[in-house]
Amino acid sequence: MSKPVKQIHLAAHFPGVNNTTVWSDPAAGSQIDFSSFVHLARTAERAKFDFLFLAEGLRLREQRGRIHDLDVVGRPDTFTVLAALAGVTDRLGLAGTINSTFNEPYEVARQFASLDHLSDGRAAWNVVTSWDEFTGENFRRGGYLAREDRYARAQQFLAAVRALLDSWHGDEIVADRASGTFLDAPGPGRFDHHVDQFDISGHFNVPRSPQGHPVIFQAGDSEQGREFAASAADAIFTRHGTLDAGKAFYADVKGRLAKYGRTPEQLLILPGVTFVLGDTEADAREKADVIRHQQVSGATAITFVERLWNRDLTAYDPDGPLPDVEPLDDADPIVRGRADANRQDRAETLAQWRAVAEEKKLSIRELVIELTGRQSFIGTPAQVAQELDDFVQADASDGFILAPHLTPGGLDEFVDTVVPLLQERGVFRTEYEGTTLRDHLGLAHPDHPRTAAGAGGARAAS
Amino acid sequence: MSRPPVPLHLAVALEGAGWHPAAWREPDARPADLFTARYWADLVAEAERGLLDLVTLEDSLGLQSSVRTGPDGRTDQVRGRLDAVLTAARIAPLTRHIGLVPVAVVTHTEPFHLSKAVATLDHVSSGRAGVQVRVSATPDEAAHFGRRDVPRLPIAELDSPAGRALLDELFGEAADYVEVVRRLWDSWEDDAEIRDVATGRFIDREKLHYIDFEGRHFKVKGPSITPRPPQGQPVVAALAHRTEPFRLVAGSADLGFTTPHDTAQAASIVAEIRSEQERAGRGGETVHVFGDLVVFLDEEPGRAAERRARLDAALAAPHTGDAQVFAGTAAELADLLADFAQAGLTGFRLRPATLPYDLARITRDLVPELQRRGLFRASYQADTLRGLLGLPRPANRYTPA
Ligand SMILES: Cc1cc2nc3c(=O)[nH]c(=O)nc-3n(C[C@H](O)[C@H](O)[C@H](O)COP(=O)(O)O)c2cc1C
Repeated sequence: MSKPVKQIHLAAHFPGVNNTTVWSDPAAGSQIDFSSFVHLARTAERAKFDFLFLAEGLRLREQRGRIHDLDVVGRPDTFTVLAALAGVTDRLGLAGTINSTFNEPYEVARQFASLDHLSDGRAAWNVVTSWDEFTGENFRRGGYLAREDRYARAQQFLAAVRALLDSWHGDEIVADRASGTFLDAPGPGRFDHHVDQFDISGHFNVPRSPQGHPVIFQAGDSEQGREFAASAADAIFTRHGTLDAGKAFYADVKGRLAKYGRTPEQLLILPGVTFVLGDTEADAREKADVIRHQQVSGATAITFVERLWNRDLTAYDPDGPLPDVEPLDDADPIVRGRADANRQDRAETLAQWRAVAEEKKLSIRELVIELTGRQSFIGTPAQVAQELDDFVQADASDGFILAPHLTPGGLDEFVDTVVPLLQERGVFRTEYEGTTLRDHLGLAHPDHPRTAAGAGGARAAS
Repeated sequence: MSRPPVPLHLAVALEGAGWHPAAWREPDARPADLFTARYWADLVAEAERGLLDLVTLEDSLGLQSSVRTGPDGRTDQVRGRLDAVLTAARIAPLTRHIGLVPVAVVTHTEPFHLSKAVATLDHVSSGRAGVQVRVSATPDEAAHFGRRDVPRLPIAELDSPAGRALLDELFGEAADYVEVVRRLWDSWEDDAEIRDVATGRFIDREKLHYIDFEGRHFKVKGPSITPRPPQGQPVVAALAHRTEPFRLVAGSADLGFTTPHDTAQAASIVAEIRSEQERAGRGGETVHVFGDLVVFLDEEPGRAAERRARLDAALAAPHTGDAQVFAGTAAELADLLADFAQAGLTGFRLRPATLPYDLARITRDLVPELQRRGLFRASYQADTLRGLLGLPRPANRYTPA
């Protein structure tokens, strides 16, 4: 029997602080002016996208002990820019990456509850767990978490935030002028939460927000990360953007849900993907090649191989062969402040790289372009629309977080040419049906524990 | 009048349904809207219509309370609020001239986060951001974070040795906090972003700086992840009632909110802040000292006092707070402000007793009255908050002179 056709979810990733974002193109605009954020948000909303997504890193990246200067550097505060965007959009979801190590639940809970109020129910939180001491140097608490504790803290952090958000039920504020009754009972927002990471109690001070809880994203690929997502997240932001890897990841994570009493629709899989469009397939491929060369300059290629070799390779010519020296396994990591630092199996990866370079006769730069640069979807709008649809229908994902390579106009063409084709195929909305991000994503509004048993799916009115 | 009139600066402090605890019961109050963006946007638009320098937005890391030591269990007053920095950001794109100054607590929070949040507020408002730093001295707010103990001290005990020790610690920490926030704002030079295609460099990293702050309370490395805000240094404000916070204003802020109840007190507060300013080596810098007043305003004589009495009747005892309560006409208020200005205050922050009513009386009655007297601007003449306050855009401490 044929499966029902799945609807695709689409999101816009503000071009990030990494070499995917091309700043050298004459069309590349500011990474910090609010107008760039407004442009991308309005473009996404015009196309009825589910949400806009912001990444975050709390320490500028360094390589060879110095601030990395080849990629875009600098970004706004996540909460603040999302709150401002709530003022220039009506329906678009607003998803922010917020770290669970270098924050405290009371603050994060009130920031997300406030953002949800100020956006009428459009807030989402991508819970990330970067824990390192390097980042910790920017915080009064310092770096203090062992890598293996990162998800224990994240789990407890999220549970604490949910407890705080649930401390208001949604019906406390009566505001009856005649009797002078503002609250139905004294001391709203009461909470007591005592676990090993958090020993907190008192009163939460933000009334229940339209969504109850922000939509929860998880981004992290380890065993623990997947388990955390299966137990507690509404969506996963993943890097598995190829069909086979996507299908494997999708089956793996959705398969973990049953043991938490959850069903597959309760956890959406949304890979971050890139795209290049052209009038013909050949045109798109040519453009894609130009973009890859913009993304991987000679200097960027050297920094890339340095991360694997873990040593200074500035003396090598990016247009020459791979370095003949051996990697430095035991040295301190040459790169710091990247979510994916030092995660490769060095010896194995190195052997693969040497083999590819040998076989195809590639220079350092060409090899890096070959290995890293390929965009996820390349073709005419019709081809890309078809591929995106196939990808979702094949259960490789539930949609995509699109990362354009140009700020702020990198999504314009996609929105004008691919989105109408997806709409024609009947796999993408032509109008927003609901008002909240949970509505867009087909996620239930969490009932407050006090009312869940009684009123069924009723949503707290605020 | 002994001196020619010097134009005044005028701010409005927004809090809930107004500063009187019974304000939410007024016929035009909007208690059901307090947690919507529309409510705050409407109020700030009204303040901007009145050409005010800035609005402040109150905040706290706990429930509002009528007592200083913790929650009061009352059900007849507004409780609950939205994060002020986010509220300010939400309103920024809807306004063009007015300064946006949210309150932020500096006791339990991270200076790195606040620095980039206010820098971002400055980016999204094109240079209209400030922040009013606030110390949290209650055990209940400390328990929300569970990271330190704060003793329970009633106001009467603030002058005991334990009280002074606590205030010294908290305000000393606040000064360090502001220092970190300010260094982080400067940690990117204005021209750090170079986009040099020839060398492939997006930034000139020589123009990004570690701040390497090490104080008694914390260390912070830097640089910020957010480029230098448009104003260079957004405006830092603090409310001050006594010596420890006066010192914070004098040593760290651009703007102090004070609560004199007569002109003699105003003169002595200004004198104390000016001398602390000299002591801190900031004698040559502009530090504004504003007076705070809770205001009931009506054009019909006696009407404001009547309203005040009616609102007070809803309480067990008449409402008094830290600031003097004024009830009268716009002309009477203008007289009072002119007198206070003679005592050295450079501006005022009015706290509308009820919203939106008293705010509209400020913008529609008081402002025209002050304009007639040559005491207030007739149009916005600057497009940043520093500009409105007559503060220059400061040089970056890390840029070689
Ligand atoms: C697709 C993806 C995006 C991520 N984005 C961020 C980010 O914006 N900021 C951040 O600090 N970490 C980010 N991370 C890092 C993860 O949250 C996590 O801290 C890290 O991957 C370690 O967890 P893991 O061992 O489960 O992968 C991202 C990870 C993935 C897979």
